[in-house]
Amino acid sequence: MKIAVANKKGAGNKKSGVGIYFRELKRDLFRDKLLYLMFIPTALFFIFFVYRPIWGLQIAFRDYKVFSGLEGSEWIGFKNFIDFFSGPYFWRLIKNTFLISLYGLVFGFPVPIILALMFNEVRNKALKKFTQSSMYIPYFISAVIVAGLVTNFLSPSTGVINNMIAFFGGERQYFLSKPECFRAVYTLMNIWKTAGFNSIIYMAALTAIDAELYEAAVLDGANRWKQTWHVTLPCILPTIVMMLITNIGNMLNVGYETIILLYQPATYETADVINTYVYRTGLLDAQYSQAAAIGLFNGTIGLILVCGANYLSRRLTEYSLW
Amino acid sequence: MKRSKGEKIFGVFNGLILIILAIIALYPFIYVIVASFSDPMEVASGHVWLYPIGINLSAYEEVIHYEGIWVAYANTFFYAIVGTLVSIVVTILGAYPLSKKRLRGKTIFTFLIAFSMWFQAGMIPTYLNFKDLGLLDTRTAIIVGFCVTAFYLFIMRTYFTSLPDALEESAKLDGANDFQILLQIYLPLAIPSVVTLMLYYLVDRWNAYFWAMTLLKDESKIPLQVILNKLIVEGNWSEQTGALTDSVEYNQETLKYATIVVAIIPVLCVYPVLQKYFVKGMTVGAIKG
Repeated sequence: MKIAVANKKGAGNKKSGVGIYFRELKRDLFRDKLLYLMFIPTALFFIFFVYRPIWGLQIAFRDYKVFSGLEGSEWIGFKNFIDFFSGPYFWRLIKNTFLISLYGLVFGFPVPIILALMFNEVRNKALKKFTQSSMYIPYFISAVIVAGLVTNFLSPSTGVINNMIAFFGGERQYFLSKPECFRAVYTLMNIWKTAGFNSIIYMAALTAIDAELYEAAVLDGANRWKQTWHVTLPCILPTIVMMLITNIGNMLNVGYETIILLYQPATYETADVINTYVYRTGLLDAQYSQAAAIGLFNGTIGLILVCGANYLSRRLTEYSLW
Repeated sequence: MKRSKGEKIFGVFNGLILIILAIIALYPFIYVIVASFSDPMEVASGHVWLYPIGINLSAYEEVIHYEGIWVAYANTFFYAIVGTLVSIVVTILGAYPLSKKRLRGKTIFTFLIAFSMWFQAGMIPTYLNFKDLGLLDTRTAIIVGFCVTAFYLFIMRTYFTSLPDALEESAKLDGANDFQILLQIYLPLAIPSVVTLMLYYLVDRWNAYFWAMTLLKDESKIPLQVILNKLIVEGNWSEQTGALTDSVEYNQETLKYATIVVAIIPVLCVYPVLQKYFVKGMTVGAIKG
């Protein structure tokens, strides 16, 4: 029906229709010229530093040689991808990336929620402020310093953790060179760094709960536990689901910048994720095409995960990213 | 509200656990500070736990006399301050037009910016892009190449959108142009959001290290985080500084701790302000989301 009307209109005065469109466009562009002028720096940034590299992704399909440049390098189709899929490290990288994310989800995700619930029960304002402020601090410390703390504290000869182990009669461990310890160390480090700060978002959800709900629950004879279970948790559930979905969408974006600081050849077996491998292959060994292909693979799967998570989010909660 | 006995006991336990967790969060910093002031031998042998033993400032003397760290410090201040200013100006200028419903092309611009949040070219094309533009080993790469964070731009845009259109209309009637309206009407109202975003950018800039490490090779341009990586993570003070005195050899540990203390002092100094605005920013974001 709509199409028919549009066709009829279009057929009637097609030329002037297009003419009107362009005249209006010109008028609007002129009217908002200052707005477009303001937008130029942002546009330039995105063109030169976001979309120009995306255009450069074609090296993933080429055999890039520094001297021939981007355009001059030979097209080789999916060879770089096939080499990666059939290479010796493919499954190890997938497994490590997935497991490190999963550790973060299983062990790291609930901690801020529990913290927020605990903060919420504190009546003493000074105590609440002190504990919250202390637990937010690590979030502001750079990855390099946190990695420095971890390496020095875990040092087998002089690290404070090993000193404690020795003090209690245990044996000193070289944690960072043991593949079986890496994921635990990395996950614990991240919990230490971010759990306090991430509790803020749940605290915000908690303060938004209507006090009348609690009053009604008390009238029904609910104690604190029951109030938490029947009022608090259902009220913050949308926030929890939203955060969970966001985290699942970002599963492939493992914090490679931190892993690069902490891993060593002895722990590659469990610590090497897709992005750290891209870093070594591309930036350290200068196999640009090969590394760009692996990066593109990672980015594409990541995009699919984000879209999937967003779809789920829209279905399950009212929240969606777009 | 009256609390039952069980609830009171729970409250005490809850408080105790939180205090223990707070101590776990703080202890690394306490230990680092305490160890950095202690006798290196006592630190190495594990006698130092809570308070300094045999006060010894040699580590700090060493750190303070190492010029590289001060060059890096100055660079970090430069990147953080200039970078944040460039970032916030570009972000405000980019966010304001996108908050106008009438703007032609708004949807496509918004989509192209949002898309960059979920798909990036990745490390290698990004690196080659800087190389191709002749920006390797330049301060421009750090300042300009990372000046807009799409997410922050959207926070700014959302704020501008939340202000009533009537503000703009009445100013238009008085003959003001879009620049004047932004500067004189919208910006003063948006100051709290602008300050919050500036602090977000500042912390990101201060802590950034990966691209600085990758793009900058010249020692005179590298920021603090890159030199920290060499000093405290890969960790060899004597190799890095070229100092081969015995004192440097035997107090490796305390040297690293002193370096960490020197590096985090500015962050701890502004922490109260950071905390206030970050908490507010997160809270507003949560309600919006």
